Amino acid sequence: MFETVKNDDFMILSVAMDADLEAARPWIEAAAPDYITLIDQNHLLSSLYNMVNVPQAVWIDETGMIVRPVETGGSLDVVKEYDPEIGGYIPETAARVASAKSTYIQAGKDWAVNGSASPFLFDYDEARKHVPTMSNEMALAHAKFQLGQYLRRIGSADEADALFAECRQLHPDSWNIFRETTERSASGLAVGEAFWGKVKSLGDKQYYATIDMEGIPR
Amino acid sequence: MVTVLTETSATESTIPPGESHPKDELWLSTSDTAAITGWSMKPEGFCKGDICVPVPLDKADSFVQGDAINVSAFWDLMGKPAVRNANAYVWLLGEGADLRNDTMLSLEAPNFTLPDLNGNNHSLTDFRGKRVLLVTWASW
Repeated sequence: MFETVKNDDFMILSVAMDADLEAARPWIEAAAPDYITLIDQNHLLSSLYNMVNVPQAVWIDETGMIVRPVETGGSLDVVKEYDPEIGGYIPETAARVASAKSTYIQAGKDWAVNGSASPFLFDYDEARKHVPTMSNEMALAHAKFQLGQYLRRIGSADEADALFAECRQLHPDSWNIFRETTERSASGLAVGEAFWGKVKSLGDKQYYATIDMEGIPR
Repeated sequence: MVTVLTETSATESTIPPGESHPKDELWLSTSDTAAITGWSMKPEGFCKGDICVPVPLDKADSFVQGDAINVSAFWDLMGKPAVRNANAYVWLLGEGADLRNDTMLSLEAPNFTLPDLNGNNHSLTDFRGKRVLLVTWASW
């Protein structure tokens, strides 16, 4: 998405949150990206950065400081507007989605080119305000998730599944945990009945928090 | 053998499980504890770097016995998750919410080391000096 930015001071580090490395492989090989793509089988980044879904992004400056904490990038909170009849969004929603994505990419490009002079960075206090808080239950969910992934890999699938069920209870806002550990369609997508049931049960609650960036509706 | 997992490692301990302790307690030798967790016993208590957790005096025996340390009890004391499988042959020593929140609020990006498709490891700190757009995705 940042194809046009070629800049030695800037890079994209892409991380696949995939317990199954082989599920991620064809996607990476098909995209043949010119940036580095890593595989995070234990969802370590969910635990370290308090991530709850994909895609999520963090902007990190040259000194290793976070200048935009974890956020959804240019994705809008439109999942509830998905129309299974047309297999997508009505044109008005699709236009809003495209506009938000474009705004986010432009902001990213501005930062890639202008660095600390970019107006899209948060200052120290603003950045801290945008850090999501982790609860004890969420930390426990991340621990049980990693234990479950290990048990799954050594062949204890039943025990792993029991742990994953606990994780979903402990951290109900994590779509990463939910989608990684619930049923998949033949094409590998975790957007079956359970997923749509959970989305429906949100009621007025957001699917996940939208980015705080000028030009993108929350 | 008990396999003890941390965020970044899987190590087999040298103390067999369940022989002299209940299975909801993870007892490790002082040397295994240090090798696996980086924590060790000092006169001030259970320590890593500058941080020390005093041993509760009224029940010191439930934390330390000779060369053995009740690591899961210290983990509980520190508010960090120590979780195990049903037969207690696999343990995971996780990180607590307090440290996660403190780290995030410091705004110093937590380092991590993860493999690419070819199995080569990369760390976030390898890229110091560059602006990094860290972005996640998934096949699902």
